[in-house]
Amino acid sequence: MAFGKNIGGAAEYVVIPALALLGALAAFGIFAALFGKDPIDLYFFMYQGAFGTWFSWQNTLTRAAPLILTALCTALPAQLGMVIIGGEGALLIGGLCATAAALVVQGAPPLLVDVAMAIAGMLAGGLWIALSGALRQFRGVNETISSLLLVYIALAVLNFLVEGPMRDPSSLNKPSTREIGAANMIGAIPGTDVHWGLVFGLVAAALAYVLIFHTTFGFAARIAGGNVRAARIVGLNVGRLVLIVCLLAGAAAGLAGMVEVAAVQGRANANLAVGYGFTGILVSFLARHNPLAIVPVAILLGGINASGGLLQRRLGLPDASVLVLQGMIFVSVLMSETLYGRFRIFARKEA
Amino acid sequence: MTIDSLSRRRLLQGAGMAALASALPVASAFAKDTTVGFIYVGSRDDYGYNQAHAAGAAALKKMSGVKVVEEEKVPETDAVEKTMESMINLDGATLLFPTSFGYYSPHMLKMAVKYPKVRFEHAGGLWTEKDPKNAGSYFGYIDEAQHVAGIVAGYSSKTGKLGFVAAKPIPQVLRNINAYLLGARLANPKATLQVIFTGDWSMPVKEAEATNSLIDQGCDVLTCHVDGPKTVMENAARRGAMVSGYHVSAAPLVPKAYLTGAEWNWEALYPKFVKMFTAGETIPNFYRGGLKEGLVKVSPYGAMVSEQARKHADDVKAKLMAGGYAIFKGPLKDNKGAVVIAGGVSRGQTDPELEKMNYLVEGVIGATS
Repeated sequence: MAFGKNIGGAAEYVVIPALALLGALAAFGIFAALFGKDPIDLYFFMYQGAFGTWFSWQNTLTRAAPLILTALCTALPAQLGMVIIGGEGALLIGGLCATAAALVVQGAPPLLVDVAMAIAGMLAGGLWIALSGALRQFRGVNETISSLLLVYIALAVLNFLVEGPMRDPSSLNKPSTREIGAANMIGAIPGTDVHWGLVFGLVAAALAYVLIFHTTFGFAARIAGGNVRAARIVGLNVGRLVLIVCLLAGAAAGLAGMVEVAAVQGRANANLAVGYGFTGILVSFLARHNPLAIVPVAILLGGINASGGLLQRRLGLPDASVLVLQGMIFVSVLMSETLYGRFRIFARKEA
Repeated sequence: MTIDSLSRRRLLQGAGMAALASALPVASAFAKDTTVGFIYVGSRDDYGYNQAHAAGAAALKKMSGVKVVEEEKVPETDAVEKTMESMINLDGATLLFPTSFGYYSPHMLKMAVKYPKVRFEHAGGLWTEKDPKNAGSYFGYIDEAQHVAGIVAGYSSKTGKLGFVAAKPIPQVLRNINAYLLGARLANPKATLQVIFTGDWSMPVKEAEATNSLIDQGCDVLTCHVDGPKTVMENAARRGAMVSGYHVSAAPLVPKAYLTGAEWNWEALYPKFVKMFTAGETIPNFYRGGLKEGLVKVSPYGAMVSEQARKHADDVKAKLMAGGYAIFKGPLKDNKGAVVIAGGVSRGQTDPELEKMNYLVEGVIGATS
């Protein structure tokens, strides 16, 4: 499912989602008009809140950063035909283990602490999703269900450790682990308020794209995703592919968890569980599981979330209106899937 | 006037923010007013924690020269930092009320350092000397109101079994549970209070299960400490139990089952703070109080509350209002038999020991872990 090999095909992959997006925005405008809000104001404030100022851009990018990483957790296994929706669990476990690593090596130089955190977070998140992959490969357990249920286990583990063995005794009314220390925080990209998680996300998305579309490993994964039996007949080790891809997918979400701790919260607590993993599923599907397309889609959703505040404050719309818009975009893009290959204008250029 | 009229370079510098805000048609209406921003962690009509704060914000809207902007369902992540910045940069807010406990550290502290001219007021009572001077934190001793409600519950229960649906076994929650039982025991020395912890602040399904389970075990008066008491109130009333409310009055929801309840009184505090702010006075960085200071209140008693219960409750309330009455005084045992407050020791509301409460007193059925 790469970008088309010809200009017509590529244009199709840009124009159809764009039309779907415009359709959803139009529907949202009608929805707002029904509630007595001026749609022109609505679009103005959405633009203003998401992309209208440098501050808004930073707001948008900050919100997009974790979504790129969690979306990869769904997008990578999708190449193998697997539907993994448990990125949230990998994020929580990743954040928790990253914190534990930081507390263990506390006192080491900050760079070393951060590297230890990243490794611990990625490894933990990776193993968490690999567990789903293994259950499917060796026990025939549906990976969608198992990865979702593992989210709840992850949440329980997080709450147990944060409220029990790992609790900072001085965190009375908000149970949390001890802080990793201000010196170990990874901070913002110079000249901005956006934390380094955005760069991690961009690099991870680029690496994932190269891996899937420009390596034999990725080719093998896509073959297995297309037809498992054919892949086995040509001698591909499907089990190995499943495990490695799940490991990488979970590592991306685990890194998102590490970033939440190292760049935002400074410690692990229940605030890690705010649903970035679940929004990541939406991003991945909207991007048709293409690692590069994830980036603009994550920025779009980040922008919608960023503008949600302005819609509440200026137009008096409830917070749920943002969910309505997200839902409309999702339905609209899914419906547009049926349109591929139906427009002669795109096909003609193929010749 | 649109954004296009500004040069791209200016946007990139980020310096044009103030000019941009004033260029917005809507923003110009704010110009002379003091803009106050409210941030809620849940929805502002949750019949609970957030609604109590929103009622305080609504009281500000009646003041002249004050403009209120509100945002709900803002998680305790960098999202709240961005919301605060957005209110400051795009709405021109100069006084912010981030109302959730977890907004304080690191999020609000970070913003207080970044925007030294903006005043930040947090609900939670967390401010210490090392925190920025333009930040403040306030909280109410709502266990006083729970104590009074407990007295009413003690008289109203036929079985002598009370039920409490709680979120997490943290000091604030434990203090409410214990104060409630100690109140109930003033009315009925044999009263017990069964507590179920749901594990989180907003778990409607578990809250409903806990409510049913408590009633199945014979509890006939229920109260709670979760973010949105609506589930507990409605389910308990449907099952024929009586309820005592928390955060805001649930009387409009369950008029026939509502005995009384412990309520926040932010609509009294916020106008006071804003008046101080607009007059150029300094709002205290750390501000706490109970019934006496008017930070919390007890809901009006329901029609079914007996004369005896009203009299006793009013009597204790008057003592709390006068000051000097201690809810937690020795000898006091926890429900495992250990002495937690020795005989002769009286712990007043400001006693820091009470902030560390990690026990359930004798008479409470349940465990903190």
